[in-house]
Amino acid sequence: MQTLVAYVENKPGVLNRVSSLARRLAINIDSLTVGPTDNQEIARMTIVAHTDERGAHRLEASLEKQVDVLLAENVSERPLLERDLAMIKVTADQTSRPHLMELIKVFRARVIDVAPQSLILEVSGTVDKIDGLLEVLRPFGVLEMVRSGRIAMTRGGDLLQPPAFPSTEGTKTAA
Amino acid sequence: MKLTGAEIVCETLTALGTKHVFGYPGGAILPIYDALGKSKLHHILVRHEQGATHMADGYARASGGVGVAMATSGPGATNMVTGIATAMLDSSPVVCITGQVSSKLLGSDAFQEVDITGITMPITKHNVVVTRAEDVARTLREAFVIASSGRPGPVLVDITKDAQQATCDYNFDAAAPKLPQKRKRVNYEKADFDRAVELLNTAKRPLILAGHGIMVSGAMKVFDQFVHSANIPVAMTLLGIGAFPANDPMNLGMMGMHGEAWVNHAIQEADLLIAVGMRFDDRVTGDLKTYARDARKIHIEIDRSEINKNVKVDSALVGDAREVLEALLPHIKHKEHADWLAHIRELRGDSAVRDIQGLPDNGHLYAAHVINDLWKETNGEAIVVTDVGQHQMWEAQYYHHNSPRTLVTSGGLGTMGFATPAAIGAKFAKPDADVWVVVGDGGFQMTMCELATIVQEKIKVNIAIINNGFLGMVRQWQEFFYDKRYVATPMIAPDFAALANAFGIRGERITARGDVVPTIRAARESKESFLIDFRVEQEDSVYPMVPAGGALHEMIRRPDSPLVETAAQEL
Repeated sequence: MQTLVAYVENKPGVLNRVSSLARRLAINIDSLTVGPTDNQEIARMTIVAHTDERGAHRLEASLEKQVDVLLAENVSERPLLERDLAMIKVTADQTSRPHLMELIKVFRARVIDVAPQSLILEVSGTVDKIDGLLEVLRPFGVLEMVRSGRIAMTRGGDLLQPPAFPSTEGTKTAA
Repeated sequence: MKLTGAEIVCETLTALGTKHVFGYPGGAILPIYDALGKSKLHHILVRHEQGATHMADGYARASGGVGVAMATSGPGATNMVTGIATAMLDSSPVVCITGQVSSKLLGSDAFQEVDITGITMPITKHNVVVTRAEDVARTLREAFVIASSGRPGPVLVDITKDAQQATCDYNFDAAAPKLPQKRKRVNYEKADFDRAVELLNTAKRPLILAGHGIMVSGAMKVFDQFVHSANIPVAMTLLGIGAFPANDPMNLGMMGMHGEAWVNHAIQEADLLIAVGMRFDDRVTGDLKTYARDARKIHIEIDRSEINKNVKVDSALVGDAREVLEALLPHIKHKEHADWLAHIRELRGDSAVRDIQGLPDNGHLYAAHVINDLWKETNGEAIVVTDVGQHQMWEAQYYHHNSPRTLVTSGGLGTMGFATPAAIGAKFAKPDADVWVVVGDGGFQMTMCELATIVQEKIKVNIAIINNGFLGMVRQWQEFFYDKRYVATPMIAPDFAALANAFGIRGERITARGDVVPTIRAARESKESFLIDFRVEQEDSVYPMVPAGGALHEMIRRPDSPLVETAAQEL
């Protein structure tokens, strides 16, 4: 699994361009998150892809060739913080509830919804941590689950930032 | 100055230096056509939009500038797809302008609406939808910058009808490109550069692989200096042909699937390969596992995504070929490489005696003879435009190009039907040049409608059809790898000479070798376009041949050809 960070123009069609590139290189995307940055015209992506180092290099270099991609970097080998966020709806009745609450404490999850027969938990952390929580929750009955996909940032002074760019309004990239 | 979006298209193109636009009108682009009529631009009416893109491509390749093609929405735009992909694979700077339904109708399946930016996303360097007249000038300027900078490629600008009709202020200077500012990468570390210099100065059996990038970057002069300072022989890719003179003793000729034996053997025996502006395409390398196993590799290439894509290299110098070669040049030491050069000469001598050119006239008309005669008659100075297939490979082997941009051919995509329209584009780029189409009977039939364009535009293009009654290259593969089961390759054709006459072009059919040269002369002397239907040997094959996926040094050599053997016996 390889992790890439990309800064892209915040325009319609750019996501298509990025995902289409991965498809052309026959690389399966495990997760792709995209969100705004401080600059309204730039979005930041974290791409986690099923590929090796060579595939990640090709994806990185091919992405950076796109006019709308300002920066693409394979950060897999760097000191990295990765986070995933999950919401988990789990069966919880009178008898199981106390037991569940203890597990929630151990995993530093939060209860964000309480219903007579179920709870919704929120947990963030590494993929391993969330996988671990899911494993211990399964015997109680996991009713529904959603994960945000990974976001990543390199540690310390290792900065990934594109240069600022002038505004380009009106022209839409292919949707 | 207030103008409509359509008028701005014409004004901007003119200001960008465009003189010719190849296109076909239709509903969604009518406002632009109306404006074209009032502009200084010369519009060439094609017979199929694929032709328009190939013409713009041929124009770009022959001139080194940007070619412009135009079509309406829907089917007009989809007909451009093959031409756009052709330009993409061969890094050709083409700007395609398509009309689109009005912005309020986008996504409604309106009449002749198609998502052409979605369709062309993987085959363009960039594409854009323009929905406001205010964005037309800047977007077109950006399209020209993107198409022609770095590794060139096609850009498609899709302009909605309402953006063409709306009016706004136009000022070319105020509409400067505003491209996103990208992170600048360091092209190469000093260590890579030093390593390249060390490899270059210590290699015993070095070989340069010269590609299209030399022409694109205009590096011909410094490349020549580099070759002679380092005293290293050169093998050419198909698209590199012309970047280094064929008559230079250091030029070995074309490499790859149909490269001459001595070239491929030299690659396999080299201890250093210096690849300049080429991308180690599978038609060049053959089986990667056995490719140049003894050689260290230096890769000079502007596109970082090509580095280590197919062949792992020891030193990657990312950058413009001219700049990198200029940086390397002062560090190069002249070496004799006497043993190595003598060895290559020996390999070459062995091949020369097997060459079909050595055979006198035996009553058979071989394509190789026709092309060799064409080379001699045109003093090697024509612009030759080819399709894909056997005739293309024979052209590459027997027409020796000394100048850049004199061979225009569809390499990467291998597009049948490319030659005739691309030659029209080349003629508009170089009106004084002797432009020859060299095309097979199959490929010619794909775009022969453009003969009407030649006549309507009153231009002079000579056409040599290498007519063997087969889809020759596919037939050759069937002969070698499918036990001569000729499925769907025998092909009847119209009487091309009569067809040419029907279009208003002079046509001749040639079946004997003795008539080849006089007819080529007649064609060259004719003021009007001239088509020659060369009825060549039907089951001739291109040699040598490295079977697809085979090792580069294990090729099918000429003596294996029953034709040549028969011919030799008949002497």
